[in-house]
Amino acid sequence: MSRSLTAAELPAAPATRGDRTVFALRGVGKTYARRNIEALGRVDLTLDAGTFSSVIGASGCGKSTLLKIMAGLVPPTSGSVMLAGRPVTGPRRDIGMMFQQATLFPWKTTLENIVLPIEIRDGRAAARVHHGNAHALLELVGLKGFEGVYPKELSGGMAQRAAICRMLITEPEVLLLDEPFSALDELTRDFMNMELQRICLQRGATAFLVTHSIPEAVILSDTVYVMSPRPGRIVETVAVDLPRPRTLDMVTTPRFGALVDRIRSHLDKGSFL
Amino acid sequence: MSEVALSAALETENTVWTEQDSWFDRIPRSVAMAALAVVAIGLWQAVSWSGLISPIILPSPGDTLRHLIFVGGNLLSGGYMLQSLWVTLQELVLSFALAVGIGFALGVLVGETAFGERAVMPYLVAVDTMPKVAFAPLFIAWLGFGIESKVALATFIATFPIVVGTAAGLHASDENARMLFKTMGASRWQTLVKMKLPTGMPQFFTGLKIASVGVMAGVITGEFLGGGRGFGELIRVASTNLDTARVFALILYLSLLGLLSFGLVAWAQRRVVFWQSASVAREVG
Repeated sequence: MSRSLTAAELPAAPATRGDRTVFALRGVGKTYARRNIEALGRVDLTLDAGTFSSVIGASGCGKSTLLKIMAGLVPPTSGSVMLAGRPVTGPRRDIGMMFQQATLFPWKTTLENIVLPIEIRDGRAAARVHHGNAHALLELVGLKGFEGVYPKELSGGMAQRAAICRMLITEPEVLLLDEPFSALDELTRDFMNMELQRICLQRGATAFLVTHSIPEAVILSDTVYVMSPRPGRIVETVAVDLPRPRTLDMVTTPRFGALVDRIRSHLDKGSFL
Repeated sequence: MSEVALSAALETENTVWTEQDSWFDRIPRSVAMAALAVVAIGLWQAVSWSGLISPIILPSPGDTLRHLIFVGGNLLSGGYMLQSLWVTLQELVLSFALAVGIGFALGVLVGETAFGERAVMPYLVAVDTMPKVAFAPLFIAWLGFGIESKVALATFIATFPIVVGTAAGLHASDENARMLFKTMGASRWQTLVKMKLPTGMPQFFTGLKIASVGVMAGVITGEFLGGGRGFGELIRVASTNLDTARVFALILYLSLLGLLSFGLVAWAQRRVVFWQSASVAREVG
């Protein structure tokens, strides 16, 4: 087995914060022709390198559709989606994705689950070469020593940590997070959010989170996009100017409360018309 | 120290509600099974002593035991019964292998392709609803009185549960897993081999278990109706001679063979789907 890299030796972040556009969406819309439902109006969105953005909205406001379009899983009806200067026309190697469920496969060990994207992309031999990186990632998320453990022995939070490793193993340009911790209990979720921040800061990752928790969006993000439904569109862009690294104590500060109130007022206006 | 422990124990007894098992719940499973067998055989013995039922219809346990020993001796000494058993065993293994091959291929066709699901599946359902044993005379007419007609009937019976198990297994993967494989850029083949098939292994093995029972029914039915030199033929001959105790003994040996084949499939399932049993244990425990 190859020597494990330590977390500090991981490949450096591809860019410093905010100086380069990673994702650019221009006038992206989606209409489901069969039922003639306009799921998404014209959405414009720019994600800079190393920034954390969230989109928040009520259920059915089209935020999941937006995420699927960005991931190349669903084609938009109109507009353009550019990732790292190239249009997104299908699933891409430079996109890492995470879902509400960890979706680890029970017949593979934690380590084998983490290198699965490499195995799919470049075969088993390449996957073995990446075992060293996987060890380093496990250390990064605090799962060192769980390499050979099968998923059924992991708790919900541990399983999501392993899913983070699997998302990071291909060193994606951007992380698309679809309510990744919403199935966890609240204490674990708060803790995992702080872990996510630490990991993103350490790796200089560009991340885009879909959530329906306002505090979660505020504590994690540099920018929060508020979406309203029918058709889904961005009604407000809120810049979060809380200093980094964020801590859970900040939740009680007046500034945090003001940001939450501002987002809530826009959500209320948009979603209950 | 001991006083503290005692008072704690008393306290526990007074405050914690414990589920009261009846004495019946506390009997070990093996003891309960043995007790039931003893009661059943006792009843059987009582009925045959009473002389109410002719031994041609219900032989006594003693007669049956004598025949069990005789048949066992014949099998162990390599007599004609062992040759019959060998014929039946060949039929079982061949038809099971064929059923697995055909059933798996059809199951993938039906579970993975739109053509299979829309065009092939309705016909499979239609054929599956037919009484398959009724096809036995046809197989005998087409393939003769040898081993082939028995293998054909048993394969015919055992294929359908494997088709259904395989197809159900391919539909068992959840939306997230499919989306994950899409985002990883997996091909259809990779998605099938690396995700859908392993996910569906429990359902596939359920099909195999049903099939392992089905081949036995098919082979023995084939031998009843189509002669030959198998174990079913021994049973048929014994029953025409009104030798009911022999029939009982032969059926018991046959059921041992059935248990063995079912057990082999269950053992293979535990080895292949090693993640299944433990997760069930966690849900229960």
